[in-house]
Amino acid sequence: MTSSNPNNGGEALVKSLEYEGVDVMFGLPGGAILPVYDPILDSSIRHVLVRHEQGAGHMAEGYAHATGKPGVCMVTSGPAATNVVTPLADAMLDSVPMVCITGQVPLAAIGTDAFQECDTTGITMAVTKHNFLVTDAQDIPRIIHEAFHIATTGRPGPVLVDIPKDIVDPTNPKSTMTWYDPDSIPMELPGYRPVMEGDPALIEEAAALIAQAERPVLYVGGGVLKARAAEPLLKLAELLQIPVVTTLMARGAFPDRHELCLGMPGMHGNYTAVTAMQKSDLLISLGARFDDRVTGKLDGFAPTAKIIHVDIDPAELGKVRHYNIGIQGDCKLVIEGLIEVTEKLGASAQADRSDWRSTVSGWQEKFPLVYENSLPGDKLKPQFVMEQLRDGNPHDTILCSGVGQHQMHASQFWKFDHPYTWINSGGLGTMGFSIPAAIGAKAGMPDRRVWAVDGDGNFQMTAQELVTATVEDIPIKVALFNNSYLGMVRQWQEMFYDERFSEVHLSDNVPDYVKWAEAMGAVGIRVESPEEVAPAIAKANEIDDRSVVVEFVTDARENVFPMVPTGKTNSELVVDPSQQHLIDGEASGGDAGNGAAS
Amino acid sequence: MNVSAISPRWHTIAATVENKPGVLARVAGLFSRRGFNIHSLAVAPTEDEKFSRITFTVDIEGTPLDQVVKQLDKLINVVDISELDPAESVERELMLVIVEVGEQRKELMEIVEDYRAYVLNEGDGKLMLSWSARPARLDELEARLRPFGIVDMQRTGRVALPSLGT
Repeated sequence: MTSSNPNNGGEALVKSLEYEGVDVMFGLPGGAILPVYDPILDSSIRHVLVRHEQGAGHMAEGYAHATGKPGVCMVTSGPAATNVVTPLADAMLDSVPMVCITGQVPLAAIGTDAFQECDTTGITMAVTKHNFLVTDAQDIPRIIHEAFHIATTGRPGPVLVDIPKDIVDPTNPKSTMTWYDPDSIPMELPGYRPVMEGDPALIEEAAALIAQAERPVLYVGGGVLKARAAEPLLKLAELLQIPVVTTLMARGAFPDRHELCLGMPGMHGNYTAVTAMQKSDLLISLGARFDDRVTGKLDGFAPTAKIIHVDIDPAELGKVRHYNIGIQGDCKLVIEGLIEVTEKLGASAQADRSDWRSTVSGWQEKFPLVYENSLPGDKLKPQFVMEQLRDGNPHDTILCSGVGQHQMHASQFWKFDHPYTWINSGGLGTMGFSIPAAIGAKAGMPDRRVWAVDGDGNFQMTAQELVTATVEDIPIKVALFNNSYLGMVRQWQEMFYDERFSEVHLSDNVPDYVKWAEAMGAVGIRVESPEEVAPAIAKANEIDDRSVVVEFVTDARENVFPMVPTGKTNSELVVDPSQQHLIDGEASGGDAGNGAAS
Repeated sequence: MNVSAISPRWHTIAATVENKPGVLARVAGLFSRRGFNIHSLAVAPTEDEKFSRITFTVDIEGTPLDQVVKQLDKLINVVDISELDPAESVERELMLVIVEVGEQRKELMEIVEDYRAYVLNEGDGKLMLSWSARPARLDELEARLRPFGIVDMQRTGRVALPSLGT
């Protein structure tokens, strides 16, 4: 621990972080933040030294996703601050609680274009929930306390605290301060009052509207995970017998193996999840934000559905789609309220949903996720590898993903049965997210198995953090789907640009991922044939003392289906080519459809 | 009559914000990144020096007013925010204007009298006038001065407070 009564800003900063309960932080020192790195030597906080500041940010995010606690990263000024802009933007869009400390040039040098100076608070204003420039050492404990409060309450998000060097440098009189317990003084946040409780009258109205619904769907977003509401959600869904879709940010919030679970909706959602929303008469949106990747072309989205929209952020209510009932509040509290009112109404108050349930299960039977097995001599099918990976690992494995085809295949083919087992970059779509996020998750949950699924394009953006994993002894496993292409971009060029492939082919032979893995202190395994897949996964799982990279050489021709082409409505979902004739049957009125507009 | 003559797509919003460095940048940045248009903006400390009041007129064509207000309210430094209904508030704006005097001094002075504008300064065949009124009335005065030749003009953008007893 740092000294019990710090008398300078640098020690006070480290003690403030300890006070907030930080056990691990991710960072990289440099000129302006140097004075803070000295007291870290005496701190109880584990500091993980990254190889690039972007890695520190994504590690903090991975840590936060996995543990529910705020992730913390610390970097120096200038280029280090600009390098964390991407993780901050990522955390902003995915509402990840995160506190980022940046060094800044001394107060007197601010605005003079000093060495490694940049306007960090100006640059990060748009990608943080809030940021601070501290100008007085005496304010450090209070502002750090406020930063953690803002990051973790209401709709969570990233908060940045910019710290000029002179107020933390013990050789500078400006760093002098008298320590105080940050809880002993009031926070100075007169404009910050998150509302947790939903309006009971609106909750009653919502429960009544749900009771009348014949084709309802629970549309569950990441807010349910942020509110730690998976348990009450399960209770509510079972009580009402309403099918559940979980968005990309909410995978695991409701168990995939549960009979009411329809899986992921949206651009690459499965047929049943997408179509159930389209034909629904009531969407109960819990902590979701009607993202364009979920709704498709907005004016054709769920045309017959009334909307109950629950969100802790009032600005989400009505932002994209008008609502019939909008409830501002914490998802957990609102769901508990809905359970209470529904129980009072009694089972007899609920509309008969047996037709709806059978329609939905009919779609599930008719439109399972499918892919064609590889023929001898073909490269591996990514879907097959994903299934093998799923079946070769326990249900509580934490799966982190990069961005692209492998991400969609992971979300589609994995079975998420536990909350906080799926970590990905949903809103910003940050390639290179998975490896640092997996390291952060493993640092926070050292007893859990952590796999990163990655594409070859992603891997080349942040793979160097595997050096961090080796040196810091945070072993992760990487399933590298190498199809030599920027696969999702290739898919779009194939489908929407007449197969004119522009700048999407990376290389068939460089880099050598096995050698690269070995150079970073990890084990590298290359897998090229289907029968090697399961044994390679088993072998990777036996290695616990260092990271493992399993490179699966996959078929670049393989696309992600289903797909709603951009600009189309969700009713124009394109399924796997082998199922397309079934869709044509649906369109000609072949199914019950419950009279919904189609 | 206390109805603003400006386009109905313009709304007046009053925000009480913390009087700290960078707060105006946060508000302005939010407007630009969310695609909202500011028509006019006035900012100054309130009676309590810890807070400032920003009064702005927004062009909400294409953006629901509700979104503007809610997104602004999410800014940590915004303490309070509300729309001011023109029918239930008092709006004022200040104008400084320099006009050519020319041959028609008499007619010009009649207008100045009419509107009870102040002559602040005179020289080089020009008059500098000051007038504060409802924005629509400023538009009116501006139109009447224009034939004389407006050399320079600065308007402040509106400030507003809720009417008493509403």
